[in-house]
Amino acid sequence: MINKKVANVTEAMQGVKDDMTLMVGGFGLCGIPENAINNLVKMNVKGLTCISNNAGVDDFGLGLLLHKRQIKKMISSYVGENDEFERQMLSGELDVELVPQGTLVERCRAAQSGFPAFFTPAGYGTEVAEGKEIREFNGKMYVLEKAFEADFAFVKAWKGDAAGNLIFKGTARNFNPAMCGSAKITVAEVEELVPVGSLDPNQIHIPGIFVQRIFQGENYEKRIEQLTVRKRL
Amino acid sequence: MLDKIGIAKRIAQEVQDGYYVNLGIGIPTLVANYVRDDIEVEFQSENGVLGMGPFPLEGEEDADLINAGKQTITTLPGASFFDSSLSFSMIRGQHVDLTILGAMEVSEEGDIANWKIPGKMVKGMGGAMDLVASAQNIIVAMMHTNKAGESKLLRKCSLPLTGVACVKKIVTNLAVLEVTEDGFKLLERAPGISVEDIKKATEGKLIIEGDIPEMVL
Repeated sequence: MINKKVANVTEAMQGVKDDMTLMVGGFGLCGIPENAINNLVKMNVKGLTCISNNAGVDDFGLGLLLHKRQIKKMISSYVGENDEFERQMLSGELDVELVPQGTLVERCRAAQSGFPAFFTPAGYGTEVAEGKEIREFNGKMYVLEKAFEADFAFVKAWKGDAAGNLIFKGTARNFNPAMCGSAKITVAEVEELVPVGSLDPNQIHIPGIFVQRIFQGENYEKRIEQLTVRKRL
Repeated sequence: MLDKIGIAKRIAQEVQDGYYVNLGIGIPTLVANYVRDDIEVEFQSENGVLGMGPFPLEGEEDADLINAGKQTITTLPGASFFDSSLSFSMIRGQHVDLTILGAMEVSEEGDIANWKIPGKMVKGMGGAMDLVASAQNIIVAMMHTNKAGESKLLRKCSLPLTGVACVKKIVTNLAVLEVTEDGFKLLERAPGISVEDIKKATEGKLIIEGDIPEMVL
């Protein structure tokens, strides 16, 4: 067993510097690496490029970094629930690249899988395709999209072990698996770090080879963005 | 004239037994409530769930279980979770039978715009561009006109496009229309709405053949 376990978030994030490109897992606030994000705020690194489906909300998730002007550029598919984000974007303080969601995840997966680029039908005929190579296959038009290049990927899983094996829960899986092994260093934080050998190899979603550092996360808030319930009768 | 629930009820009639369906945010989400209960349908949400159920009972919500609108949800027996990459394989690979989404504008050629108003609103396209580029069957749910009373069914879209020549059918508060090679073909009128009303509210080319029946809800 190759040991990926580190003592805490500080050790896990050694080497993170100003102007780096970071992948950050999660969909909305679901499955975001809360410990890593809070530590980025504490480290006060600046000029970051963040690849993440969303940009958090005003006072949670990546919204915390936006608030402190630590992010230079966001690469996301949907940024709707964040007023500070919209203000910084419309005023030109923040550079934003909006990418179709399926293209965003596939650009991560391409980096993970050793593909430099791929053709997708998403965005053909729209401003997303401007300046990109277009090619026809079997009578349909496709846009060439490139793999991301990132320095760190921060992901969050439900369970993991010191070998770096990960299991996700519910829809908190989302972008996290495709970001594992897609950057130079992948840092996984888990709700439960369990003894090596206790996870069933049949059930592992991401094998440890894609993870360089893993640590037991702390104090998860797991905030719900849109609480919707049925009344009990 | 239909309200949002009426539009959802009419679209629910388009959902057939054995369909995998992706519902967008807003009116499309309501469609799930009105699908006939004698057919089997599975709802896909692009954040990574197939087999979505109703909203949870109070106190049973789970932060790790949401839909693409970030609302808390439940799953039904037979449901599955997967990552975003596999989710879009379902979408781009045309495994999803029906996509229902909202729009700001639709053109008579089936182009759709629903993600950006330059200088005013930029929320992003989310999964909409992937959905419209691949889906074989796309129904748009929207109001026939905008808040200023201007038609949203146009000759050409004025807003940045989400996809080209992809919309097949539109259900609005006034009508059901099919996008054909010749323009918007009027199929049904909403209760209490005349063909004249629909003509006035449609800027794009409208095709009216014979008597146009009123919707049955």
